[in-house]
Amino acid sequence: MTTESARPDGDRPWIGASVGRREDPRLLSGNGRFTDDIALPGMLHARFVRSTVAHAEVTGLDLTAVREVPGVVAAFSADDLGLADITARLGRPVSEFVPTGMPVLAREKVRYAGEPLAVVVARDAYAAEDGVEAAKVSYESLPPVVSEEQALAPGAPLVHGEAGGNTLLDVSMFATEGIDGTFDEAPCVVHVETRTGRQNALPLETRGVVASWDHREEQLLLQTSTQVPHQVRTTAARCLGLDERAVRVVVPDMGGGFGQKCVVGREEIAAGAAALRLGRPVKWVEDRKDALTASFLAREQHYDVRAAFDADGHILGLDAAIVCDMGAYSCYPFTAGIEPLMASAEMPGVYKVPAYRVRARAITTNKAPTAPYRGVSRPQYVMVMERLFERAARELGLEPTEIRRRNLITQFPYTGVNNVTYDPGSYLESLNLCESVLKEEGWYAAKEKASAEGRHIGIGYSCFSERTGYGSTAFAQRKMEVVPGFDISEVRMDTSGALVVTTGTMSHGQSHETTLAQIAADELGLDIGKVRIHQGDTDRITYGWGTFASRSIAIGGSAVRLASGRLGEKLIAIAASVLEVPPEDLELGQGLVRCPADGRTVPYEELADIAYLKSHLLPKDTEPGLTATASFDVLNDGTFSNATHGVVTELHEGTGQVEILRYVCVEDCGVAINPKVVEGQTRGGIAQGIAGALFEQVTYDEQGAPSAVSFMEYKVPTALEIPEVSIHHLETPCAFTETGAKGVGEGGTIGAPAAVLNAVNDALLPTGVELDDTPITPETVVSALEHTR
Amino acid sequence: MTDNAPEHTAQQRQLLSLDVNGETHELLTEPRRTLVDVLRHDLRLTGTHVGCEHGICGACTVLLDGAPVRACLMFAAQAEGKEIRTVESLADGTRLNDLQQAFSEHHGLQCGFCTPGFLMLAEGFLAERPEASKEEIREVVASNLCRCTGYQTIVEAIDDCAARRRAALRSRLEGTAHHNGDSRDSEDENTSETVPPGAACEEVPCGSTTRSR
Repeated sequence: MTTESARPDGDRPWIGASVGRREDPRLLSGNGRFTDDIALPGMLHARFVRSTVAHAEVTGLDLTAVREVPGVVAAFSADDLGLADITARLGRPVSEFVPTGMPVLAREKVRYAGEPLAVVVARDAYAAEDGVEAAKVSYESLPPVVSEEQALAPGAPLVHGEAGGNTLLDVSMFATEGIDGTFDEAPCVVHVETRTGRQNALPLETRGVVASWDHREEQLLLQTSTQVPHQVRTTAARCLGLDERAVRVVVPDMGGGFGQKCVVGREEIAAGAAALRLGRPVKWVEDRKDALTASFLAREQHYDVRAAFDADGHILGLDAAIVCDMGAYSCYPFTAGIEPLMASAEMPGVYKVPAYRVRARAITTNKAPTAPYRGVSRPQYVMVMERLFERAARELGLEPTEIRRRNLITQFPYTGVNNVTYDPGSYLESLNLCESVLKEEGWYAAKEKASAEGRHIGIGYSCFSERTGYGSTAFAQRKMEVVPGFDISEVRMDTSGALVVTTGTMSHGQSHETTLAQIAADELGLDIGKVRIHQGDTDRITYGWGTFASRSIAIGGSAVRLASGRLGEKLIAIAASVLEVPPEDLELGQGLVRCPADGRTVPYEELADIAYLKSHLLPKDTEPGLTATASFDVLNDGTFSNATHGVVTELHEGTGQVEILRYVCVEDCGVAINPKVVEGQTRGGIAQGIAGALFEQVTYDEQGAPSAVSFMEYKVPTALEIPEVSIHHLETPCAFTETGAKGVGEGGTIGAPAAVLNAVNDALLPTGVELDDTPITPETVVSALEHTR
Repeated sequence: MTDNAPEHTAQQRQLLSLDVNGETHELLTEPRRTLVDVLRHDLRLTGTHVGCEHGICGACTVLLDGAPVRACLMFAAQAEGKEIRTVESLADGTRLNDLQQAFSEHHGLQCGFCTPGFLMLAEGFLAERPEASKEEIREVVASNLCRCTGYQTIVEAIDDCAARRRAALRSRLEGTAHHNGDSRDSEDENTSETVPPGAACEEVPCGSTTRSR
């Protein structure tokens, strides 16, 4: 069945239409159901006793007074619950990776301020907090390891005894033969050292769970805000010693995730254990202070990179050292290797880099652990690459856009020095369009004029691609013990002709209820109002890997299309029997199977009636019911969305403010299933990238005490800081996803820091100062502007 | 526990009467309970959300006598005698009001967690300043945090809704008094016919505090 036959004349092509979101009515009217909206009879409320110090032996934990607080029902320590640790592993030798366990509740040692030590369960959340205050914990302090320098210093105290040198991962890769000679002989070698601030992915809905035991099903129900429901089920079952079928994870509406919720947390498992012990539902909703200090954090990385260029500005080699500060624990299932492995495997990005060498390390410190966050190392290495090209352009007297043009990949498929094969994209075209937009709008002239007036306006770009649709092959290459990749979709049509579609992906704001329904509606020639998407329920969905790494449309969407297509074949088979014509003479559309030769049609409802209620009329060999299942995996290196961002900034003397005057994004995500949703993902991603470039940073004092404990210190940008973004679309369809779509969830965040940083440095050009670290604070801008060449 | 139990112990209760969305609720609750907790967990009006509990993010924004307030920053007891409006009051049955529709049309929400706060913020503001410029709207939108949208489409949705309300008002005035509208909003004339069928014109322009179910 071809795409055309699914959309006969007069049928609406759902793919490519900015149809209104199916999610909106309930979310706009206050009828969404988020985790904290759930109330069950007899429900209790949990809060956690957390470590007040960064690094210590726990010498005593006394919960006696806690249990006497009015309203408190129970309090449990690690010893009370006896739960197995959560351990994430890579299939690598210990010389490369050291697995470390994360206890559900800390036992003899605490490794960061905020680490949970005990769970207090009470009649309401207020009483639970009273109970937490009554806990008595005694510590034998250990020297805290708060920085990379402290972690890697000889003889440093160890966060995990088994991880010598506080190193969880240490890999050296590629090392192209002769690379040292390349650098020795190159006419131009530039160096960039960058440190990026620790961030919080910061979904506005914090993490949370309602745990309850279902006596009839003999099953623990975890209603929890997670991007990875099946991984939470696996982990909870293992920690609690239950069969996996005895745990059901159901995901309510989610108020964002951005990666923080694609790892398994310890609190939801502790709440589940408490519910099992007490035989009553237990709710835990993280408060903002814990979300800022004790949840999963992200991004703190250090790059020390050299690049060699020939006299014409062609890059000859790249030599990188990367250290990622992963905090106290390895996250499950990805491990502490996720950031350094992503960075080292993909750093050459959109450029033709002939020689490459990289050493990448993950270190452990006494800070809250990290999880993947939208972009995963790509915001950082793109920043480094784009700074290297800008610096080389200055040294060689080239325009920043010209040096990029000379190095961008233009012939596809292209297999890079990093052994990654890039599918077709529009790297050069997006740069050219972005530059021409800024030129035509007069920003180059405005910059000249402003400079003459003593103002500081700069223009910066970033060129990048976003690898999406990581299949099992790609994750297996990282040697993950748990290998994500495929997605399974089941479609089921009922006797009213309505379609239920399952997906293993997990929307947390990305509009899957709309976009996946568009794909199914298109494939079956069905009105979108007849399609309902089911996600986030481990009892309803065979298996799924959830939503992360921009995998949902590329992989989940392909599975939906394949399953829908199979159901279409079954509809045609039944209709062929009814109309007594060969199946190849029939096509689907507008809720009907039709025979174009004679104009006869059979509505889907009639075929469903046969499939279920008059199965004696089914053709031989056709099973009753109208269901179909399909899976999809990506067995190559995935598909690459790409974009160029162009930014104009003005730096203000005195305040040090970086004002963004113009933001242009030219993006290419292949076929856009719903362009409005694509633009929403892009704008929102850019806002988070700007947040990292200019505003947000998780900070600690020298004892490892978190100093960004509220939104007063952790500065989330508002509508006054985030500019309007002008988006231009290019379309290079993906050849191997079923819809031609590529993922687009992370690109905005990946490209923004580099473009902002380059624009700031362009404005600083007359000062001779270059800024390479993020966030760029007002203080650094003020001090840079005080320099004169 | 000692004999001198702190005042906030669970035993103490207070009888409260709250006027929410035109309905009077009587409840017995601890004095320390915040307005947002009482709305969400005692009255089960869970459309109002909690994002930070320290008055920055604005997810808990409700209207108190027509003005936007942070429901996490006040005790329920402090709202006695006031008219409280929450997001649940905006739609007429299953029909979204014009502001809600504008949010949907402009893709002004993604995960939807912050959305009720922005809706109530905008309702309160537009009732006060129906003629607000887009820049004023942007400044007010900066009162609350959104992590998904980048704000642009929220600003556009509110601006579009405000323009349609002005156009609807003007066309009503013209219809009754044959009045030629002033020129300031002339660009809105073009949109007067595109007011969506669900637009709650009856609520325009006198704010939204007097509506009852």
